[in-house]
Amino acid sequence: MEFGPHLILATLEGAVTAAVLALTAVGLSLVFGVMRVVNIAHGEFYMLGAVIAWYVAQMVGGHPALGFVAALVIAPLVVGALAAAADVTILKRIEYDPERTIVATIGLLYIIQQLTLMTYGPEARPVEAPFSGRIDLPWFEWFETLFGMTQPWGWSITSYKLFVIFAAGAVLCGVWAMMARTKIGLLMRATQADRDMALAFGIPVERVYALVFGIGAGLAALGAVLIVPIQQAHYLMGVEPLLLAFIVVIIGGLGSLPGTVLAALFIGLSDGIISVFFSPTLAKILATLLVGLVLVFRPQGLFGTRTA
Amino acid sequence: MTNQKKATSRRGALKTLAGAAAGAASLPLWARYAQAQSSEPIRIGFQQHSTGIGAAYGRWYGRTTEAAVKLINEGGGINGRKIEIIAEDDGTDPKRGAEVVEKFANQHGCDVGFGTLFSHVVIGSAPRAGELKLPYFVVSEGHHVASGMLNRYTLQPGITDVKSQVQAMAPYVSENLGKKVTMIFPDFAFGHDHRDFFSAAIADQGGEVLAQIAIPPSETSFTKYFPQIPRDTEVLYHVMVGPAVLTFVKELGEFFGDQGPEIFGFIDSLEAVDISSPGLEFLEGTYFWEGMPRYAQEDQSEHETFYREAVGVDENGASVSDPSDVSTYAHMFGCWETLHIIKAGMEEAGYAGPDDRAKLIEAVEAMGEMPESQAHPQGAKRFNGKTHQVFGHQHISRVEDGRLVKVHTTSIDDTMYPDEVDYTTQPL
Repeated sequence: MEFGPHLILATLEGAVTAAVLALTAVGLSLVFGVMRVVNIAHGEFYMLGAVIAWYVAQMVGGHPALGFVAALVIAPLVVGALAAAADVTILKRIEYDPERTIVATIGLLYIIQQLTLMTYGPEARPVEAPFSGRIDLPWFEWFETLFGMTQPWGWSITSYKLFVIFAAGAVLCGVWAMMARTKIGLLMRATQADRDMALAFGIPVERVYALVFGIGAGLAALGAVLIVPIQQAHYLMGVEPLLLAFIVVIIGGLGSLPGTVLAALFIGLSDGIISVFFSPTLAKILATLLVGLVLVFRPQGLFGTRTA
Repeated sequence: MTNQKKATSRRGALKTLAGAAAGAASLPLWARYAQAQSSEPIRIGFQQHSTGIGAAYGRWYGRTTEAAVKLINEGGGINGRKIEIIAEDDGTDPKRGAEVVEKFANQHGCDVGFGTLFSHVVIGSAPRAGELKLPYFVVSEGHHVASGMLNRYTLQPGITDVKSQVQAMAPYVSENLGKKVTMIFPDFAFGHDHRDFFSAAIADQGGEVLAQIAIPPSETSFTKYFPQIPRDTEVLYHVMVGPAVLTFVKELGEFFGDQGPEIFGFIDSLEAVDISSPGLEFLEGTYFWEGMPRYAQEDQSEHETFYREAVGVDENGASVSDPSDVSTYAHMFGCWETLHIIKAGMEEAGYAGPDDRAKLIEAVEAMGEMPESQAHPQGAKRFNGKTHQVFGHQHISRVEDGRLVKVHTTSIDDTMYPDEVDYTTQPL
C-alpha cells in the first residue's frame, strides 16, 4: 500500500484504540487521583461492561440500535453501582490503606473474572453494531500529468469506528465539565487536594469516594460498550486494557486527567502506526520501554505533580 | 501482638494421628476395586480446552466425546468394561496441560489420555505423557506428531495433520484461484505448520507466497495487520484461531469491501461462527478447507447422518437445541474416531489394565487401512504406525447462498508425504 493512505489508515485505527483507552485510563486516573487507590480490578470492570452489554442486547432484541443504546445506558450504571458497593463493603473496611487496597483489588479481579466465567461462560460473543457502513475513502494523487482520485484497497473505515472516536471525545468533555463546572466536581477536587481538610469542611468524603470509584468503573464499562460491536465480549478481555491503562496513567501522571488523555492519544496512535508499519509486538515493547524511562527520569509522570 | 511459637504437645500429636486414621478409613472408592480390575471402568482422561482461547472447540469436543462414549457403552463398552471419561480443563495452556496429564496418570489412575487440540498444549504435554508412559491420543492437526518431535506414547490416529492438509490444497488453489498467495496465520506452532508447509507446497505448483503475516492468537483487533497484504496478491490464504475469529473475518471484509483478491481460508477461521453473521456477506463465493463439511451435503453418507444425530448437530452444523450454537464440525469428528480407535486397540491388545499400555500402543501402531464406517464417519483413513499419524480425505467448500457447498474432495494419496520418523524404534 502507498505510504500516504497507509499512514492515514494507521492513524484512524490508532484513534479508535486511543478513544477507548482514554475512557478506561481516565477512570483509573480519577480513582487514583481522588482516592489514592491503585485499582487492579479496573480491567474487570471494563470486561463487565462488555458482558452486560451482551446480556442487554440479547434481552432487548429488535433493531440492533435499540439494544446498543440500552446497553450504553444500563451497563455503565450497573457496573458503577457494583463498584460503589465494592468500595463501601471492601475498600472502606480496610481504610484505603495503599498496600491492602492493592491486594483487595487483585482479589476483586479474580472474583469478577471467575464469576463471569461461571455464569457467562468462556465464549466470545458479538454485540451487533447499531450501524456499520463501510466508508470508502478517496485518495488524491498526481497521475503523470493530471490530478485524479483513486480508491486503493482497504482504504476505508466503518461509520461505527468514526462514531466511537467522536463518542469517546464527547464523554471525555463531559467528564471535564463535571470536574471543572459542577458542585460534585468541586467536592472531588477538594477531596483530592486534601482529604482531612475536606472532611473538616463537612464534605462527606466517604460518599465522594464511593461515587468516584463508581464513576471510574462506569467509564471503563462505557469504553467497553463502545468497543464491543468491534471486538467481542469475552471473560479475559479486561487484561490488556488494564495493562495499557496503567501504561497511560503512569506516562500521563497519576491523577492528572489532561495528562492521561494526552498519553492515551499518544499511546493509542503510536500503537496504531507502529503496528501497521512494523509490528504490534514492537508497539507494546516501545510503550513498556517508555514507561520505564518515565519512571526513571520523571517518576511523577509527564503532567503529574510531585507528591511528598 | 503475641509472638508465641506453638510447641508440639502430646495432645497435638494424638490429634494428628486420629486425623490420619480417619483419613485412611475414608479412602477413595477406587481402592476397593484393586482386586477386581475387570469390573472397573476404563478411565479415559480427557484433556479439555474448557476455558482459554480454545473454549469453543472444548465445548464441542466435549459433546462429541460424550456422544461417542454413550454409543460405545451402549454397545457393551470395551472388552465388556464401560468407559468413564474424566475431563480436566487445561485452560488451553501448555503448562497446565502437562499438569493435567500428570493428574490423569498419578491421581485419577487413567488408562489413557485423550482429546487435546491446540498444538502448543500438545507440545507442552506430550513429553510428560511419554515420561509417565501414559498413551496420549491427541486430536490436534499439528504436524508435531509426524515430524518426530514427540514420543512413542503420543499418537494422532483420528485426525489428519496440517502438512497433509495443505499439501492437498495447494494444487486446487494454484489451478483455480491464483499463484501469488499472501498468507495470514496465527503466530504459534499450528500457524507455523501452515506457513512452512503451504509455502513449500505452493512452490511445488509453480506458485509463490508474497507475504506471510503472523498474528498473535490472543489478538483482538486485526485491521492494522491487513495493509501488509501486497497489492499484487491473487489469493489471500487465511487461517485464524482464538476467541476473536469473528472479528478477524469481519474486519477482513471491511478492509476489502467489494474489491480484493480471491480468498481461500481454513474453516478454523470460522469454526463455531455462524456464516450468516452480519458483516460476513463478503464471504460469498470464497473457498474453505473443511475436514468434514459443516452443512449436510447431498451425498452425505448414512454413517455421517448417524453421527450428526448422535452428537446433536442439525443440517446447518449447529446444535439441534440452539441454532445459534454453531459447532466446530470440521475438527470434532476426530474425538469420535479416536475413541473408536482406542476401543479397537484395547480389544486387539486384550487390554486389562495399565500394565498393558505398551501392548495398546503396539496394537494401534499395527492398524493400517480404516474403512468408512460408523466408527469413521468422516471417511476412510490410512494410519501410519511408524509416524503415529493418520491420513484421510480433505474437502474444499465454496460459500454459496450463505452455505458451504463441497466442490472438491482430495484422495488419501494426495495427502501422503514421506515418513520423517519411525517411532517404533523407540523403546516402550
